[in-house]
Amino acid sequence: MAASAALPRPRRSRQLWIERLTGAGFAVPAFILLLLANLLPLIAVLYLSLTDYEFGALESRFVGLENLRKALADPIIRRSVSNTLLYVAIVLPGAVLLGLAIAVLVHGRKRSRGFYEVAYFLPVTSTLIAMATVWQFLLHPRLGPVNGALRWLGLPEVPFLSDPVWALPTLAVIGIWQLLGFNMVLFLAGLSAIPKDLYEAAEIDGCASGIDRFLTITWPLLGPTTMFVIVTTLITAFKVFDTVAVMTRGGPMGTSEVLLYNIYLEGFQYFHTGYAAALTVIFLLFILAFSVAQTFVLERRVHY
Amino acid sequence: MAASAAIAQPIPARATSAQIRIGRLLSLAVTHTVLLAGAAFMLLPFVWMLTTSLKSPGEIFSADFTLWPQKFSAIENYDRALTSAPLLRFALNGFVICFGILVVQLLVAIPCAYALAKLKFPGRNLLFVLVLLGLCIPVQVPALPLYIALAKLELLNTYFAIMFPFFLSVFAIFLFRQFFKGFPDDIIHAARLDGMSEFEIVWRIVVPSAWPAIAAFSVFSAVAHWNDLYWPLIVVSDMKLAPPPLGMMFFADAETGSNYGALTAAATILTAPLVIAFMIARRRFIEGITMTGVK
Repeated sequence: MAASAALPRPRRSRQLWIERLTGAGFAVPAFILLLLANLLPLIAVLYLSLTDYEFGALESRFVGLENLRKALADPIIRRSVSNTLLYVAIVLPGAVLLGLAIAVLVHGRKRSRGFYEVAYFLPVTSTLIAMATVWQFLLHPRLGPVNGALRWLGLPEVPFLSDPVWALPTLAVIGIWQLLGFNMVLFLAGLSAIPKDLYEAAEIDGCASGIDRFLTITWPLLGPTTMFVIVTTLITAFKVFDTVAVMTRGGPMGTSEVLLYNIYLEGFQYFHTGYAAALTVIFLLFILAFSVAQTFVLERRVHY
Repeated sequence: MAASAAIAQPIPARATSAQIRIGRLLSLAVTHTVLLAGAAFMLLPFVWMLTTSLKSPGEIFSADFTLWPQKFSAIENYDRALTSAPLLRFALNGFVICFGILVVQLLVAIPCAYALAKLKFPGRNLLFVLVLLGLCIPVQVPALPLYIALAKLELLNTYFAIMFPFFLSVFAIFLFRQFFKGFPDDIIHAARLDGMSEFEIVWRIVVPSAWPAIAAFSVFSAVAHWNDLYWPLIVVSDMKLAPPPLGMMFFADAETGSNYGALTAAATILTAPLVIAFMIARRRFIEGITMTGVK
């Protein structure tokens, strides 16, 4: 700064001018791509949601909020929204609380920590579609070892993926299986940021038992991490698609249809583009609500 | 939760050293039991995938379960998997797509992030707001118009169509901007006085110092796009262009006779590259995938 201030005036303003030009030049490719891949399509989705356009049709009409009204009254869509929320309601506490519990247990380990990290994190890196095929086999009523174990214990077989009651919770358990390691690692990062002497001080103050120490130190200090994990889990769970598309295709009898799967069907299988756009708007509203929470949480994390 | 807290050494104040030692051992035993049980659940699908891919059909369909195969049919299973679907082609597609996306992402995002962090130019604040907005929009939202546009341009079933929505990573811009902001201004000024252009400053001075962030982002990007299903499912119907998840889906649909030996062999082949990479670079992977949260 001192060096540039000492420059003669014309060079200084030339420098500023160059800076503005390079800055804009550096940002232009990103801006064009942002426009083409995000912003214009976003506006197009909003517009399409107000028309009855069907992909391939020669003409379309402006129908206003008709699509949205139809979607909100559509029993299939209502069911798929409530299925999605039920899925989230199982995955969210499961993946967050188990992630926290595993992180607390793994945190104190020294030699075995590497092994546990690999074991719990492996599902996060693996290709979910390929693993979904394996899960299908594991849960197979006759050939799968899970039902084999149930039979061995003298329990009745459970047709996990073809039973209307079991299908969605089963997918949720697989969702937890996939997310757990991710949350564990986030909590581990949060735990390692808690100063050790706080625990020693608490012990002197009479917080002897593990439960006391967890409640007085770990839990409050993990607050920001926990909030963050909750929101990311919320968004990820709400976007559930892969396992539904591969393992149940929304079945049996629509009991595992989720919002994104219905958007996919309407938009890219039946080509009801306008209607699918309205569903996308509903999907986006949910995601935006979660994201606002996330930005809020991120801000707080930054100030910590 | 209760278990974790209870086993964290609830030792009475006047315990003898022997009691303390027994208490420690006990809590250690409980901790490891819980963790090992959880790890078994996490690893079960991987173990079952591997061992099934080695088993003969007779054993797979038999009523009693054995983990380890009695008769190995690995060669038949893997041969069946590789001949009935172009699995190696799927994997190659995965490499091409991940690499193509990553290269463009870095080339576009790094200069933009540098400009946002270090240069004053008109529209900077607006651009940053748009980047933040972009962070909230998953690819499923622009998918419909992008599909229509690509169809009109007759670009469906091309690598370009698979990669296009991901060329711009607002997340990369956001992450690198945070990282570049911490880069000392003095060094940049000194480089300018030495007559370096801004272009050279970015690629020869700032980028080398941002290596950890770039490596972490690369892992994040590669894992995300190797595993992505939604978008390829929409724009690819030609099996020859399918990335691994879509290829696995085609293959599973074709193998309707529930030939689990071949299916698990295929799953093993398509998950192997990432899993092996993860085993080799565990720290980088964990950093990369979770950096959204850790940063």
